[in-house]
Amino acid sequence: MAKPTRQPTIAQELEKLIADLEKSGDSAATREEIGRLRQQLEASRGEASGQSTDAWQRVLLARHPKRPYTLDYIQELFTDFTELHGDRRYADDASMVCGFGFFEGKPVFVAGHQKGRDTKQKLLRNFGMTKPEGYRKALRLMQLAAKFGVPIITLVDTPGAYPGIGAEERGQAEAIAYNLKEIPKLRVPIVVIIHGEGGSGGALAIAIGDKVLMFENSVYSVISPESCSSILWRDWDHKQEAARILKMTAPDLQGFGLIDEIVPEPPGGAHNDYAKAATNLKPLLSRALQELQALDADGLLRRRHERLRKLATFVSES
Amino acid sequence: MAWFRKEKQALESPPEKTVQTEGLWVKCEGCKKILWKKDLEANFQCCPQCNHHFKVTARARLEMLFDEGRYTEHDSGLASTDPLQFKDSKSYRDRLKKAEKNTGMKDALITGEGQLESTRTIICAMEFQFVGGSMGAVVGEKIARAIDRAIGQRLPLVIVSCSGGARMMEGAISLMQMAKISAGLARLDEVKKPYISVLTDPTTGGVTASYAMLGDLNIAEPGALIGFAGPRVIEQTIHQKLPEGFQRAEFLLAHGMIDAIVPRKEMKAYLGRASRLLGAA
Repeated sequence: MAKPTRQPTIAQELEKLIADLEKSGDSAATREEIGRLRQQLEASRGEASGQSTDAWQRVLLARHPKRPYTLDYIQELFTDFTELHGDRRYADDASMVCGFGFFEGKPVFVAGHQKGRDTKQKLLRNFGMTKPEGYRKALRLMQLAAKFGVPIITLVDTPGAYPGIGAEERGQAEAIAYNLKEIPKLRVPIVVIIHGEGGSGGALAIAIGDKVLMFENSVYSVISPESCSSILWRDWDHKQEAARILKMTAPDLQGFGLIDEIVPEPPGGAHNDYAKAATNLKPLLSRALQELQALDADGLLRRRHERLRKLATFVSES
Repeated sequence: MAWFRKEKQALESPPEKTVQTEGLWVKCEGCKKILWKKDLEANFQCCPQCNHHFKVTARARLEMLFDEGRYTEHDSGLASTDPLQFKDSKSYRDRLKKAEKNTGMKDALITGEGQLESTRTIICAMEFQFVGGSMGAVVGEKIARAIDRAIGQRLPLVIVSCSGGARMMEGAISLMQMAKISAGLARLDEVKKPYISVLTDPTTGGVTASYAMLGDLNIAEPGALIGFAGPRVIEQTIHQKLPEGFQRAEFLLAHGMIDAIVPRKEMKAYLGRASRLLGAA
């Protein structure tokens, strides 16, 4: 059974009810009740994988405490993963994991935000909120990968870039901006995978690529639903509505042409089966890399710049 | 029960003392002195007493920078399509209409082309009065086109930022403008014409985290608030009061994030000289 969380999903609540009832003894009434709850549970799981899912439900799934994190995907997908550290300027930021590994026998470079599971890990990983040194480390190593012709894979999962005094002093904005300008110049394929929270500029700083894949229950937005709610309604009580109007789910983003493909998740969400989630991703990642590696570096860069130039052009002209 | 009871008497407020000045005077946000508006205008909207820089409109900004205040405007017809159909208590469309009425602009940025100290230059200026100078698809597309023009005609580019960041009402579409513009600036690097970013009060969020920090030169006006996260967000996160002068232009200069602080009065001459020094004239 899942550990209790601050905001359990409907499925978790139902699971708990069923478990409690099963313990409470065997009678016709409880059996009937359990059957009814099971049906509801199935329905809620079906919903979680369908397009009709409420945006807020997806936000909760994207932040689920048991959701696979970057290192879980790294473990499932790559062999001989070798982590590399530090921005050679200031520090090593543990909220950003970078390293080389083999994918289907070929070397790749991987960079991704990392969240922690328990309190100690959460603090070490700073809740997945990266500081300037983390973005600088990612860029430094991406440039190294490009130097050796190794394709780049990024795994995006962050509530946002860290808002703190030290981060501002060391140029949080500059670190993100510089990545946005330098990553497009790298002469190797870049595949971006958004697998949890795509929190604004902190996510985008490693989310520029030639192909963007997004897990079905991940979200990607310019602002969190809580902050949006506090700006518009001056409290957090409207976060569910905010999640809906921000159009932050994978189907929404695909509709706007901001992402390329949606990675299906196992029933109920990726937290139910890490191996299945990774297995679903694998063929899409493999195909994306093959497609991009077929292009020569000039062609790849031309294609990338055209894509980025046309990105999100929603204007009318009079 | 008390023996004596004090008669409760409402404090009478003195009668309102208002003097009709027909908006001739304004109070300085810096030194709190009362200033004659004409003095302020004559002094580039800076306080003659304490040099506090008031916000200026995008149009006034372009007039200050271009020779004789003359320029050709580009892409003035671009308008938002409200891609999210965003609606809270008020619809985004209504907010846009109101902003257009107040500013006479269709969105938060004007692109002008003209002479700056006799060098043909493209200048983009942001308008804070338009939804907090926020960057949505229109601002993004206008800057991307300005960069295309600077590349095509090999012209220096100046962007004067004044913005709260990415526009919430256009969601992830606003976010992607950061990627679009930054990638454009990467291409501009190849034609070797200067891009000078001018950061004015305030420049925060997604604007700072993209083009505002990517100038060949990053120049700020005195006292401008410049940062990634807004001061309130940081205070809420770390539960501490922020130090005096935090995220002001002088703080950024001390931390090595900007090249120089230039008073508004000297900005035009400075930009002209910088262009010449970088070989654009």
